[in-house]
Amino acid sequence: MLLIHCPYCDETLPELEFTHAGEAHIARPENHGGLSDSDWESYLFIRTNVKGPQYERWRHLHGCGRFFNAVRNTVTDRFLTTYKADEPRPELSTLTGDEK
Amino acid sequence: MSKFRVANRGRVDTSRPVSFTFDGKPYKGFAGDTVASALLANGVHLMGRSFKYHRPRGAVAAGSEEPNALIGTRRGPGRFEPNTRATVQEVWDGLETNSQNKYPSLKFDVGAVNDAAYMLFSAGFYYKTFMWPKSFWDKVYEPFIRAAAGLGVSPTEPDPDHYASRNLHCDVLVIGAGPTGLAAARAAAIDGLRVVLVDENSEMGGTLLSEPQAEINGTAAWQWLEQELAELKSMGVKIMTRTTAIGYYHQNLIGLVEKLTDHLQVLPADMPRERMWRIRATQVVLAQGALEKPLVFDGNDRPGVMLAGSAQTYLNRYGVKVGNRPVILTSHDSAWFSAFDLHDAGAKVQAIVDTRPQVRDDLIEAARKRGIPVKLRHTATATSGRLRVSSIRINPVNGDTVGAAEMISCDAVLMSGGWTPSLHLFSHTKGKLAWDDTQTTFLPKDTPEDCVIAGASRGLWGIEAALNDGAAKGREVALALGKSADALEFAVTHDRAGNGVSHKELPTDRSPGKAKAFVDYQNDVTAKDLRLAVREGMRSIEHVKRYTTNGMATDQGKMSNINGLNIAADALGKKPPQVGLTTFRPPYTPTTFGAFAGYHRGTHFELTRKTQIDPWAEAKGAVFEPVGQWRRAWYFPKPGEDMEAAVRRECVATRKSVGIFDASTLGKIEVVGPDAVEFMNRMYTNPWTKLKPGRCRYGLLCGDDGYIRDDGVIGRLTEDKFHVTTTTGGAARVLNMMEDYLQTEWSDLNVWLTSTTEQWSTIALNGPNAAKLLAPLVEGVELTDEAFPHMSCVDCTVAGMPARLFRVSFTGEIGFEVNVPAPMGAKLWDILWDAGQQYDITPYGTETMHVLRAEKGFIIVGQDTDGTVTPYDAGQAWAVGKNKPDFVGMRGLARPDLTAQGRKQLVGLLTDDRSKLEEGAQIVLDPNQPIPMKMVGHVTSSYTSDAVGQPIALALVEGGHDRMGETVHIPMLDRTISAKVTSVTFFDPDNARLKI
Repeated sequence: MLLIHCPYCDETLPELEFTHAGEAHIARPENHGGLSDSDWESYLFIRTNVKGPQYERWRHLHGCGRFFNAVRNTVTDRFLTTYKADEPRPELSTLTGDEK
Repeated sequence: MSKFRVANRGRVDTSRPVSFTFDGKPYKGFAGDTVASALLANGVHLMGRSFKYHRPRGAVAAGSEEPNALIGTRRGPGRFEPNTRATVQEVWDGLETNSQNKYPSLKFDVGAVNDAAYMLFSAGFYYKTFMWPKSFWDKVYEPFIRAAAGLGVSPTEPDPDHYASRNLHCDVLVIGAGPTGLAAARAAAIDGLRVVLVDENSEMGGTLLSEPQAEINGTAAWQWLEQELAELKSMGVKIMTRTTAIGYYHQNLIGLVEKLTDHLQVLPADMPRERMWRIRATQVVLAQGALEKPLVFDGNDRPGVMLAGSAQTYLNRYGVKVGNRPVILTSHDSAWFSAFDLHDAGAKVQAIVDTRPQVRDDLIEAARKRGIPVKLRHTATATSGRLRVSSIRINPVNGDTVGAAEMISCDAVLMSGGWTPSLHLFSHTKGKLAWDDTQTTFLPKDTPEDCVIAGASRGLWGIEAALNDGAAKGREVALALGKSADALEFAVTHDRAGNGVSHKELPTDRSPGKAKAFVDYQNDVTAKDLRLAVREGMRSIEHVKRYTTNGMATDQGKMSNINGLNIAADALGKKPPQVGLTTFRPPYTPTTFGAFAGYHRGTHFELTRKTQIDPWAEAKGAVFEPVGQWRRAWYFPKPGEDMEAAVRRECVATRKSVGIFDASTLGKIEVVGPDAVEFMNRMYTNPWTKLKPGRCRYGLLCGDDGYIRDDGVIGRLTEDKFHVTTTTGGAARVLNMMEDYLQTEWSDLNVWLTSTTEQWSTIALNGPNAAKLLAPLVEGVELTDEAFPHMSCVDCTVAGMPARLFRVSFTGEIGFEVNVPAPMGAKLWDILWDAGQQYDITPYGTETMHVLRAEKGFIIVGQDTDGTVTPYDAGQAWAVGKNKPDFVGMRGLARPDLTAQGRKQLVGLLTDDRSKLEEGAQIVLDPNQPIPMKMVGHVTSSYTSDAVGQPIALALVEGGHDRMGETVHIPMLDRTISAKVTSVTFFDPDNARLKI
């Protein structure tokens, strides 16, 4: 069971309190009326599915209830960082150590 | 004392004899014995039959790695466990044990014909031998294989024991309490660090229990052990025996199973049988030691052939000689000491046969002094003896030449192919391994976890090296935790460090293809099988493993992995590191389902949510059904009624007068805030701006893919407050989806979302007399079509209780839903029940609710929709706002696939012969087309309907909305039913019945 740091509660807690919520930084297009079918398809269905550090969303469901973002290495299953939903996407090169 | 028990040896308590049975025959042992040690003390080696060939087998090891001596243990009704390792199960007075996989008896087993058919059962035999005729597989081959192969029989009775689960946090967890672990715990237990030391055995000490000759810093091993354990306890170290670390999970979470009662004669009251510990340790020291490897030669599985180190354990820990005339067969120094100990205990060692051309002088000298014949540079090529080894065939080896054979008579063969570090838990951490050419084994390299590995598990041999490495690693983890202490140092005399070489199968002068040289005893895999797998094209070691089953199942390669790898690598013409190792998986040893289940069994398996009205329904004899986690009244049968009769009566009564229904489980979400209406406009397909406070609307929720997710009636209580209802099972999902959009897409909206499902008890009244019944109890609103028309809502008072009243109908009748604060629900129900007697009020359950709604064509999300149905498919175009700039699903609904012709659409079906269709039945257009027919849809709902006068059904049918009046066909097993496509609204299409 992973330990996950909630950036809102500022506490590291067991995975049981959290739910995974898919890939992060996929914004819902605002003016989708003029969006092509393939662009809409990309928004809906196409995900990067990286082998390595992946940006993804989690929700502290059984805690504060907030959605937040994380970078997790899908090979080692280690979190590199977690951050609030409105914070910019961190550069991978700035993420060095494991988050305990 | 039996002739195999040695006086003044071992740690068993000879003042406490115990009796137990094996296959019905009574045997004596002593407290401290395992079943295996006690049987061996009685001269019994034959303990089981092998998995595939039913070959006679005895204990080959003395610990949890034992592959052969698997027994069933019984303690009265229900307490039967198969596949217990006889080498681990402690004996107690009255213990019943049985051998497995034999018929009619262990000594004469008809299944042993499989052994004669050895050539038939080689690697992958089930892919080849039983291929044809195909029809034989189900009826002949598979039952035969299942009956013939296998381990123990599953218990059939419910387990009367209970199992506990616990969590524990500590600074340092030390796994394995041999010399390495003991020293590590001692070094780490400083300055208040919380240290936990666990070991799977009944006693701490590991190797020390088998090597009493050693002296540690001048103190005899066993005395040192006793002092050390007392010292650790006084330092606050938590010491757990009979506790197996079964798996190493993320971020230093380790699963431990503590066995509490299997060794006890009398079960203490209320004691769980096992306890599953989830330990989160800041640092972990792995000190699991090493496992001895067998040598691979023809007949290496006969009872009496066992590991030399295990024989030493039986002698020194249990005081049991495994034989009086043993032969030692080894490629490693360690086995020589077994020979010496057995000689010194009175056995006549027939010979020490070593595969190596040269051996340390001191060992040769010690053997010579004892008069033990020594055969260097020899191989073993066969054994004989039907149920117990009686001789071994050895040959000198000169380069590639195997010389003339010599037979040595014996009653045990004690073999050693060297030692394999126990890397199971290290591998669970995704730790990397590195091949060590001198030791011809894998050693641990890096791990991503905060964990160190010490002692024999990283290839260090001997007690002194183990102690010093353990102490150094214990100090290292303490330092990592910010605590430092002086280094501990250990000097050991009479230590038995040594080295050896590693082999593939031993050379032979006979046909290797005919040799039954076992690599994996538990799965009956031979060297020949491994070579065959490579010859038949298996290249990856993972494929070789699966084709042959080498190292699979409960054994997890404890004995077989390295031997298997050496042989497969040789067959492939590669070096072992190029071939690599298969993955070790948890659990380390077989674990009971009870330990995993813990408290989650029976009624505690999952929580059962009950409404305030549930006790009333139970007292009324309701039959319940689970919906989500709720238990809901399904129907209320009267004496003598079956479900069909009860539901028909409930339906008729509701349409005739009034029915009362517990709707408390409906999901409820309050959407509040200045931007509440904008939020609702964006979430739901419907427009909300023009909905006046005090009015309700049916709301439809889609995903952004355009498919229906949920629905429910939504009331606007004030400008900025909506009372949203959801399906019973969808409440949490809908709230999660709302939160997701609100938090991450529309964080500019000023809205709060609150789950109020459990804040309200909700009682629905439906029927022509519903208003008449309710009106006298309501204060604050008049229940007329003018003052409170259909689809209204208001906060008011009902029977003196604060209430939120909705006029809605899921039945087509005049309907109300009364919400009162949850704890008042039962009281309100009683008041309505009493007041309703004059109208013959009838309680109804979810089944009647389903029938009544289907008669009106109202969908159930998840029954009439399946996640690929749009509002248009469901005939609900009217619920989709046409002039909104955006809503969830708007763009999705314009996707080419969703606007294409021929989509499955929801329609009604009326059968021509007035029979009731089966839900899930497939629909075709032409019943005479050849099989396989083209299926154009399926029945989603089907009920008997007295209101309609014949059974009704809802169905999803391709292009269904354009097929009104057409006939479709539903092929069943015995006949084909024809049905007419109709509107989904079967009853009161003009909604005349909604008027008061």
